[in-house]
Amino acid sequence: MAEKKYAYYSGCSQETSSKEYDISLRAVMKALDVELVEPEGWSCCGSTPAHTVNHVLAAALAARNLALVEKMNMPVLTTPCPSCLTAFKEANHRMENDSFKKDVNSLLDNPYNGTVDAKSSLQIIYEDIGLETIASKVKYVFTELKVAPYYGCIMNRPPALAKFDDPENPIAMDKILSALGLNVCDFAFKTECCGAGYGYTKKDMMKELTYKVLDMARDAGANCIAVACPVCQMNLDLNQKEINKDRGSDFNMPVIYFTQLMGLAFGCSPKELAIKKLIVNPDKLLKNRMLKSETDKGQDKEKLKASA
Amino acid sequence: MDALNLTEKTDWTFIEQFKKESGDNPSLCYQCGNCTAGCPYTHYFDYPVSMIMRLLQTGQKETILNSKAIWLCATCETCTTRCPCEIDVAHVMDVLRHIARRENKVAEKGVKSFYDSFLKSVKLFSRMYEVGMIMIYMLRYGYMLSAAKLGMDIGPKFLTRGKLSFFPHELMGNAEVARIFKKYRKMEKERAKK
Repeated sequence: MAEKKYAYYSGCSQETSSKEYDISLRAVMKALDVELVEPEGWSCCGSTPAHTVNHVLAAALAARNLALVEKMNMPVLTTPCPSCLTAFKEANHRMENDSFKKDVNSLLDNPYNGTVDAKSSLQIIYEDIGLETIASKVKYVFTELKVAPYYGCIMNRPPALAKFDDPENPIAMDKILSALGLNVCDFAFKTECCGAGYGYTKKDMMKELTYKVLDMARDAGANCIAVACPVCQMNLDLNQKEINKDRGSDFNMPVIYFTQLMGLAFGCSPKELAIKKLIVNPDKLLKNRMLKSETDKGQDKEKLKASA
Repeated sequence: MDALNLTEKTDWTFIEQFKKESGDNPSLCYQCGNCTAGCPYTHYFDYPVSMIMRLLQTGQKETILNSKAIWLCATCETCTTRCPCEIDVAHVMDVLRHIARRENKVAEKGVKSFYDSFLKSVKLFSRMYEVGMIMIYMLRYGYMLSAAKLGMDIGPKFLTRGKLSFFPHELMGNAEVARIFKKYRKMEKERAKK
């Protein structure tokens, strides 16, 4: 039996464009002896489009999933996606108001009573599993990586809802990456919006914002970016070539899920973490890895070649 | 911006309607500009977010509802996080969009159509299905060119990495999800009658 168990909502993006987030998170949770149980028949949380239309509709789309978890008698739902997370947290918060709750439940076949807490998978890993356990699982240290930790705009916002980490200078991912033995850069744009929401409709605007995040990461001395949001990942990873063409820049910066970095450190193979799905190829940066036991002994000259 | 005669041009009904619908109190804003200073989209706004707040205090309904700003706000929550008066500014922008939708005043039709396409794909397939959403955006809303260009940009990168599904996870979406949308439409119609 697994030591810890959570209801798990991967979110729609993790079924298609961001499969590697789901795949790597599951691999890491398995290594950490955490069981994830998916509610059967889950549906879209509504995300940004729903709340721009109406808050009752948005809450109903989110609450349908929370009601499924409630039926499973599980107190906590975890999701890797900040947009899903915000949808669940907003629904819970607004449904504290009785008349709002009545309206939402009138749209649902099965009412939701408001007993399920939503937490990001980042929060579960940081708070419930903890840095000590994470550090104890580390087999390899990747010595070439200089990581800019990028949280995205809504992972810790608004603070009254997020109730986790700092809204301006979050540190959970920084500490996790440090526990993996990675070189973590001091990154000023941790929470600055990357513009991904307008990737389809306002591409120039999106590219301007994306450029700023990439540029700031480079200024911070990073050679890769660690992310916790599927939409940010897609945006930062997908558009570097086009931004280079527009601006004459030369970005070739891998944008890697923090869960993939955890998995690599724990000794999972790149295949198990779907590293190949990333668009900017990180292989060169992942070539040099060292057994952690050797870094502990200070024998940092003897490098081991990655098996992949 | 022109000078306004506020004695004549203040729409008090709009201010009251907004307050009732949102539960927010725009008069708490003392125009410090912190929201605008942090807004990543402000260079693209026709009115910076702090000016939207001022326009709201002075009941400038038409100017607000016809603004691009309310549609270009991405709800990144920077303004809400930094407002010293604890106004949920992102929520204010959201509710202004709701009112603009109802009054058929949409300065950024592409953005609205994209949101609508997303939700139509959720209604049909119960989960967001990217290919379905793009098809709806192209065919239902007529964004043929931009969607085709996007497909050409992204398609090859996604296809070679197995990141696109040609079919939704279920061909027939969950009926309960479709019912949420149906019941919501009915709820809105009844509200409009009142």
